[in-house]
Amino acid sequence: MLVPWVIIFVSFAYLGLLFAIAYYADQRADAGRSVIASPYIYSLSLAVYATAWTFYGSVGRAAENGVGFLPIYIGPTLMIALWWIVMRKILRISKQNRITSLADFIASRYGKSALLGGVVTVIAVIGILPYISLQLKAVSASFTTVLQYPEIVVPASVGAAPLLGDTALWVALILAAFTILFGTRHLDAAEHHEGMVAAIAFESLVKLVAFLAVGVWVSWGLYSGFGDIFARVAANADLQPMLAPFGGVGGDYSSWIWLTILSMFAIMFLPRQFQVTVIENKDEGHLRKAIWLFPLYMLAINVFVLPIAFGGLLHFPGGADADSFVLTLPMSQKQELLALVVFIGGLSAATGMVIVETIALSTMVCNDLVMPVLLRMRALRLNERRDLTGLLLGIRRGAIVLILLLGYLYFKIAGEAYALVSIGLISFAAVAQFAPAALGGIFWKGGTRRGALAGLVSGFAVWFYTLLLPAFARSEWLPLGLLEHGPFGIELLRPLALFGVSGLDQITHAMVWSMLANAGAYVAVSLSRAPGVDEHRQATLFVDVFRRPAGSSGERLWRGTASAADLFNLLARFVGLRAAGEAFADYARLRGVERPEAQREADADLVHFVEKQLAGVIGAASAHIMLATVTKEEALTLDEVRAVLDEASQIVVYSHRLEQKSQELERATRELRAANERLTELDRMKDEFVSTVSHELRTPLTAIRSFTEILHDHPQLPAAERERFLGIVIKETERLTRLISQVLDVSRLESGRMEWHESLIDMREVIEDTAASTSQLFREREVRLERSLPARVPRVKADLDRIVQVVVNLLSNAVKFIEPGRGRVEIALEEEGGFLRVNVRDNGPGVPREHQDLIFEKFRQAGDRLTGKPQGSGLGLYISRRIVEHSGGRLWVESRPGEGACFSFTLPLVDEAALGKAALGKAA
Amino acid sequence: MEQFDVRGQRLAALCLLGLVLFSYPVLAVFNVQGTVAGIPVLYAYFFVAWGALIGLIALVIERPD
Repeated sequence: MLVPWVIIFVSFAYLGLLFAIAYYADQRADAGRSVIASPYIYSLSLAVYATAWTFYGSVGRAAENGVGFLPIYIGPTLMIALWWIVMRKILRISKQNRITSLADFIASRYGKSALLGGVVTVIAVIGILPYISLQLKAVSASFTTVLQYPEIVVPASVGAAPLLGDTALWVALILAAFTILFGTRHLDAAEHHEGMVAAIAFESLVKLVAFLAVGVWVSWGLYSGFGDIFARVAANADLQPMLAPFGGVGGDYSSWIWLTILSMFAIMFLPRQFQVTVIENKDEGHLRKAIWLFPLYMLAINVFVLPIAFGGLLHFPGGADADSFVLTLPMSQKQELLALVVFIGGLSAATGMVIVETIALSTMVCNDLVMPVLLRMRALRLNERRDLTGLLLGIRRGAIVLILLLGYLYFKIAGEAYALVSIGLISFAAVAQFAPAALGGIFWKGGTRRGALAGLVSGFAVWFYTLLLPAFARSEWLPLGLLEHGPFGIELLRPLALFGVSGLDQITHAMVWSMLANAGAYVAVSLSRAPGVDEHRQATLFVDVFRRPAGSSGERLWRGTASAADLFNLLARFVGLRAAGEAFADYARLRGVERPEAQREADADLVHFVEKQLAGVIGAASAHIMLATVTKEEALTLDEVRAVLDEASQIVVYSHRLEQKSQELERATRELRAANERLTELDRMKDEFVSTVSHELRTPLTAIRSFTEILHDHPQLPAAERERFLGIVIKETERLTRLISQVLDVSRLESGRMEWHESLIDMREVIEDTAASTSQLFREREVRLERSLPARVPRVKADLDRIVQVVVNLLSNAVKFIEPGRGRVEIALEEEGGFLRVNVRDNGPGVPREHQDLIFEKFRQAGDRLTGKPQGSGLGLYISRRIVEHSGGRLWVESRPGEGACFSFTLPLVDEAALGKAALGKAA
Repeated sequence: MEQFDVRGQRLAALCLLGLVLFSYPVLAVFNVQGTVAGIPVLYAYFFVAWGALIGLIALVIERPD
């Protein structure tokens, strides 16, 4: 299967498939039914971060020093946690200002400076070259390796082949052609490449599946699981130190931390990451899923790196090229299909990177480097050309070819002396130079154009001197003496130990110095002179992007004259007549004005609108220059701008405060209303209580009064009758006493003035005593009382008299409602999960479900509704529940009508040992 | 929409947590010979801590307001 024509055919078939996907997605986008408007596609497209570096290089890095491949993925995970704050802001800014690239973003922030955009572009192109050469190296190396099948050779001499047989060159040219087809078929006003994004998302799936496949095969096919591989490594004296690599093969902690920081910057400022994350973003909301899905992707693609690396080291003890283990391991076992899958996976990783990176870079080269220069050359008379779209596409295509050829050149000059990851890290360090200007730009209004320029240039210079020069020197394109003795023999300026600082690895050394120079110059120069008018305006637009209401974007700040027809013609030259007409029609509809072409004088709003449309095609800096050719702008003074801006931000602050105040007021009103309702309710309850109590008191009082009056008025009553009446009077008096003492109990309970005398009590005794004291009642009503008490129960802590009161209440309640003669009441005691539980079960009429909560309220009885006559005060159960709850337990009823009721209460058990000790302590 | 909402602060805290988890001296604690379920201690730590961090991030960001 692994013969040249199959490999070549499959590779082209794969590229063809990618193109088909892209074509389909573009068609769908034109039809207005985007396929990429999904957070999942968005997350997958971010995974363009994983390139041939990840696919081949991570294993090589891991085989060299164990953990060194990890910070490249852990750094982005940490950075992405901050995206909710940082990236959302960048997204919002970019959408409002129609940003087309990273260079455009930075140039736009610092007063639409064409110079700054150009500098960023140059840094990005030069900085990314090593990274592109890495992809070319990986693809051509994997191709050469596969072609040697069934032999396994180290592709060390790939670069030495004659020009026509040079795979890397062919790879570069084919990729250039492919990218041109992909990214520059037509010009999109917003630099959206939906087809490309769809293809990239697909590639992310392919490389993940391919890598997982080889990982699973190495772990469980070649060896028998992770444990097996690591056990063999531990048994191997050469490899064993790699299991705890820090401080040894893995380098020290500081270089690890610097790699993490470097990767944190890279995930934001690599041109292709900026392209897929910001420019191609369809919806800010997609960020939410991507923030955790993308790190998950990185975790998944790294799980098998160590097993493959160690598997390769164990399998090829002679020391094969670790960067190609992923491929050579399946080949050595004649796994042809798997090897082919791996090859395609590597191809997808590399092509994805190259496509997006070169498209992003070519946009920058066109919009921020070539166009501003061309537009300034009056001799070219570009202003008068009717249609410039062809020119724009031509520049971009040329840039793509140029960038790939330069990448190839770098590969020829310096690529072979380094492993994949070391090449890539040089590019990471280059794009990290954008961090101070870009991050500073969105959080700090004080950053100026000069500051950004100074920072970028000095950081880039240090990078060039400490990373790029040594790379050339190592490849013998420059004298090695430069590294050993410094330029002109000045030891202090040795590129690898600047100012005598040695002992750091190369990347850490370069990062420390370049970041120091970059951030230092940015801050110092920014502070040395106040920002100009344009800078101040743009700074406010960027930093306060969330504070401004949508729609107002500084239009008022333009003062000048331009004719609407000129503006229309200008736009038409860059986007075509039809698109310009549509844009103006949209504008008219949105603002509710007549067709703006009809106006003679354009207002500031229209000028701004045209500038934004232009910026979408040729970048902010170029658009600014173009606009200057048709408008006569009168310079605003700095003070005027300041005044307008300050006024605007004052108003924003005031209205913000006002809003807060009114919210507070509303909240306070709500609280007051609630409190008022509670008070009214309490008042109503108090009235009800008083009227109920007086009613309950009047009933026995009336009885007593009428019977005593009878006795008083009729002294000749028979003795038996008199006896009976006196009995009733005594009974009613008792009831009155009981009622009053219960009302007093309730009042004490509710006000918290109840006195509690807690002691350790034995519930068995309590129940026995209570049963004895209520036996008279039971006999009267011919009800049987059964006791089921365990021989011994732990004591509980409670107020003895109150608990007796509860038990008496429950027993007398049970008796009260039972039909005399056939009644049976059972009182039981049991221990249950840290509580002592008392059950009083009767076979009376039961309590209907709807009354089971009511009966525990004040003055509520089930009895008066069932039988029509009151059987008690209606306070007993209420008081009992309060007493039990005060002792830390619960009182409730379970009942089904007709089957009797069971009242239960619990009391918490106490730790007697602890109590005993406490008592002893007190006694001593 | 205020820029420094609670969710942003929680995520920033997780970023700091990650920086602590993956730098000296915490890494030094796990930089020892020995295995956990057949996996070397340091490598097991990396992947477990990394996975947990992603889980926490997902939890914070997907929690409804």
